[in-house]
Amino acid sequence: MAKFQKKKSTSSPAISTASLPDIIFMLLFFFMVTTTMRETTLFVKIVSPEATEVQKLEKKALVSYIYIGTPLQANVYGSEPRIQLNDAFSNISDISEFVAAERESKDEADRPFITTSLRIDKDTKMGIVTDVKQELRKSNALRINYSTRQVGNLKL
Amino acid sequence: MISKQAPEVNAGSMADIAFLLLIFFLVTTTMDVDKGLTRMLPPPLDPSTPPPPEIKNRNVFSVLINSRDQLLVKNAPGNIETLREQTKEFLLNPNNDPSLSEQPLFSERSSLSEKERLAYEILGDIRVSRGVISLQNDRGTSYDVYIKVQNELAAAINEIRNELAVEIFGVEFDKLRSEEQMEAIRTAVPMRISEAEPKDVGGNK
Repeated sequence: MAKFQKKKSTSSPAISTASLPDIIFMLLFFFMVTTTMRETTLFVKIVSPEATEVQKLEKKALVSYIYIGTPLQANVYGSEPRIQLNDAFSNISDISEFVAAERESKDEADRPFITTSLRIDKDTKMGIVTDVKQELRKSNALRINYSTRQVGNLKL
Repeated sequence: MISKQAPEVNAGSMADIAFLLLIFFLVTTTMDVDKGLTRMLPPPLDPSTPPPPEIKNRNVFSVLINSRDQLLVKNAPGNIETLREQTKEFLLNPNNDPSLSEQPLFSERSSLSEKERLAYEILGDIRVSRGVISLQNDRGTSYDVYIKVQNELAAAINEIRNELAVEIFGVEFDKLRSEEQMEAIRTAVPMRISEAEPKDVGGNK
């Protein structure tokens, strides 16, 4: 009796995906370690200026941010540079309160190391920056950091 | 015989769960590291404290920026491209020019602070500049130019620190091993940039 020979399957065996979760978990942990949570939504346009002599800001938990730039929604908020603290537009007079609140939220031993990071758009005029700096001086927040991008060579 | 073992949990969807978490973190986090120029603001003026001693005119390197982003360096029109070299020359004063900063040796100075005495012990008897950089800007100066000037001044000081570290320890400042050596060099070449109250000549546009 004739026997039909079963046709052998020509496709290659399936690749095992058992280690896929491990690979994805590895990626996940990489991103969890290297990134930080986004704290605020920016309402102002900020293009940081460039600098070569930058220092890294250490201890991110001790950094509070002040944003200055032109509002993104220029038709609603105008095109003059504005200050943003936390999640709202603010005035110069709000800064001392903001600094006090930031100081209150930090551990007492860490308070001398609180740094205020100034994230300022490069097209801003110094007038508003100076006002902010004077206000910071008055509220005794003396460590500041002008946030910049690091470049190898500065175009002068 | 019925097996007593619990049935195996299907791990097939584990990858999907991990993917979901991964995408969540990708969306909610930012990668940018905070970098920038760190400065100390002067403490608020207290009327009861006596004013600081006057600094000799030759020891002040004044940099003024006007509202059109033009520079006035030591009372002459300046240029941002040459600012770094000019600052270094002022602080190092290689030819002992009487119009540039004084360079007393540690041993020539009348009194040394605790930090300075430590630096003297580590670095030996070297010339230390008395120069102070004074930066003043107008309310109309653009932030970009202000940062560039700050950057050039910092670059000049960092270059001097580097040269000193190479001369004494044979390695660059960033590569120094001990914190004491770094502190000594920082004391010998301090980042003294004082900022005067800004002027409002150009009008606040």
